Amino acid sequence: MSRIQTVFENLKQRKRKALIPFFTAGDPDPALTVPLMHALVEAGADVIELGVPFSDPMADGPTIQRASERALKHHVGLHHVLDMVAEFRRSNAATPVVLMGYGNPIEAMGWETFARRCAEVGVDGALTVDFPPEESHEAFAHLTEHGIDPIFLLAPTSTDARVERVAKQARGYVYYVSLKGVTGAGHLDLAAIEQKIPQLRKHIDLPIGVGFGIRDAETALAVAKLCDGVVVGSRIVQEIENSTEQNVVANVGKLVKELRQAVDKA
Amino acid sequence: MYDYPDKNGHFGPYGGIYVAETLMGALDELNQAYEKYRHDPDFIAELNYDLKHYVGRPSPIYYARHLSDHLGGAQIYLKREDLNHTGAHKVNNTIGQALLARRMGKKRVIAETGAGQHGVATATVAARYGMECVVYMGAEDVQRQSPNVFRMKLLGATVVPVNSGSKTLKDALNEAMRDWVTNIENTFYIIGTVAGPHPYPMMVRDFNAIVSKEAVVQMPELAGRQPDAVIACVGGGSNAMGVFYHYIDMPGVKLIGVEAGGHGIASGSHAAPLTTNSPVGVLHGNKTYLMQDADGQIIETHSISAGLDYPGVGPEHAWLKDSGRAEYVAIDDDEALRAFHDLCHFEGIIPALESSHALAHAIKIAPTMGKDKVLLVNLSGRGDKDINTVAKLAGITL
Repeated sequence: MSRIQTVFENLKQRKRKALIPFFTAGDPDPALTVPLMHALVEAGADVIELGVPFSDPMADGPTIQRASERALKHHVGLHHVLDMVAEFRRSNAATPVVLMGYGNPIEAMGWETFARRCAEVGVDGALTVDFPPEESHEAFAHLTEHGIDPIFLLAPTSTDARVERVAKQARGYVYYVSLKGVTGAGHLDLAAIEQKIPQLRKHIDLPIGVGFGIRDAETALAVAKLCDGVVVGSRIVQEIENSTEQNVVANVGKLVKELRQAVDKA
Repeated sequence: MYDYPDKNGHFGPYGGIYVAETLMGALDELNQAYEKYRHDPDFIAELNYDLKHYVGRPSPIYYARHLSDHLGGAQIYLKREDLNHTGAHKVNNTIGQALLARRMGKKRVIAETGAGQHGVATATVAARYGMECVVYMGAEDVQRQSPNVFRMKLLGATVVPVNSGSKTLKDALNEAMRDWVTNIENTFYIIGTVAGPHPYPMMVRDFNAIVSKEAVVQMPELAGRQPDAVIACVGGGSNAMGVFYHYIDMPGVKLIGVEAGGHGIASGSHAAPLTTNSPVGVLHGNKTYLMQDADGQIIETHSISAGLDYPGVGPEHAWLKDSGRAEYVAIDDDEALRAFHDLCHFEGIIPALESSHALAHAIKIAPTMGKDKVLLVNLSGRGDKDINTVAKLAGITL
């Protein structure tokens, strides 16, 4: 069983929901990425989504754009991110790590090389925002060949036909984008999520994580009740942005602990 | 018969639909609407009416006799897209997309712009059809193209300066995409070039193909035959696809795309992904040649002309390059500027700095060709918008 499967199986048995924090590798400083990953685990993260910096993050709002810019000031590229995961794995063998970003850095490395490196360093899944199922078949075949789960996005506008198509290719879990907009937008529509999840379940056997618009304990709890996992990105990146290099690890740990407590009430 | 793209928007290995799931619904909707209306007689009639009476089509072809005589080689003809309403070829496409938006019930249009020509063309049609209009423009371009910013505002558009990334065209495109995904229900994104996710590269080409449709009729009338080569500047590549399209199946006609050589190819400071064989990558919804570093990060480009200052290129140009049907060369800032002044001097026409690149290549090769040879240059826009840039380079304050 893969690390991602194991985590979701365990949670299911304990009737708990997954907490999946996201932050961008290299933000605010490459030396802090691995300590931040460990802090997330300690605070109760079940899966870590680690952002790969990209110069043109089209699907992201200003908060995550700035995170990419800060990381790129340190020239953090995909191969650095893979090295960071390797370092994290030296003292953590259990927590799944999903790389999240845009396709071009992987295109530049080559999908075969990327998939092999992921397997070597202990990456569990990859989510490329701008590779829908229409364009990802060949690329993602390399991932599954090396045991890396391709994680897919679904959106409020995804039709039944599209959900079905994603269901065929997706592994690990599915990431439902809960609102129309970029990351970090504010308007969460719980009723709409509640309505959409059954439509997704008709086609998808994998766990469903929901992200976009989750800002605090209250919204985390509300969303956790509706699905299998809660993804929190911009709020964590904002905490990183508002902290100093001295207190960032502690501050992010504290925030994630609060989210954990909220999610566990679901 | 040339028949690209395939139904999924691929030009060979290029093009496609590389966008987040959140945009797929909107692109499906657009695809269906375009397929429905592109052959619809009422839609075509309405489009043609506005192209004739509002834009002033057909645009003439002009024989640049004095310039040709001066060069002493091939005869240079100019397709006068600069004479269109709003002063460039861009309006051919914005009218088409705005009419489509109206049929789709979208009341708000957004656009990205580099030089401001596409922004002006979008603001113009938005005013014409009574739509709300928001134009995203890199903060650096807002500075260097201030006359066009004012024109857009006069036409009732909101111009949003984009301060992220390199503050140029690519960043304006990112921001427009973000707006679109947020306001998908009431908003139509009018992309200004033959890039972006399918169906944009095909649709923008189709709307601009009127340029070569006219030229294949006009050239025999004026020059007695088709040209030996058609030359156009290439940033994203919409004017070039427009003037190339109906010549693709005429093997006797060379197609030459001219990219921005900036400070010179050797300097690395340019916007010429095809000429320099940049690696293939994915940006703004399509796969194409892309200026990027070893990590796959998009690098900053440079050109004297804002409209060519783009790290990628339309996927159809990538395919025309690989298939050998078109060739791509670069003209640097200085050469373009000299061509700009040459056309002012010899023909009394102030060309856009973008179009000056195409012109500069014609000026370069004409003397190496016989007097019986014919070059057709797409004069894609007029240069009024560039007078501040040109004056500044000459040390003159207007």
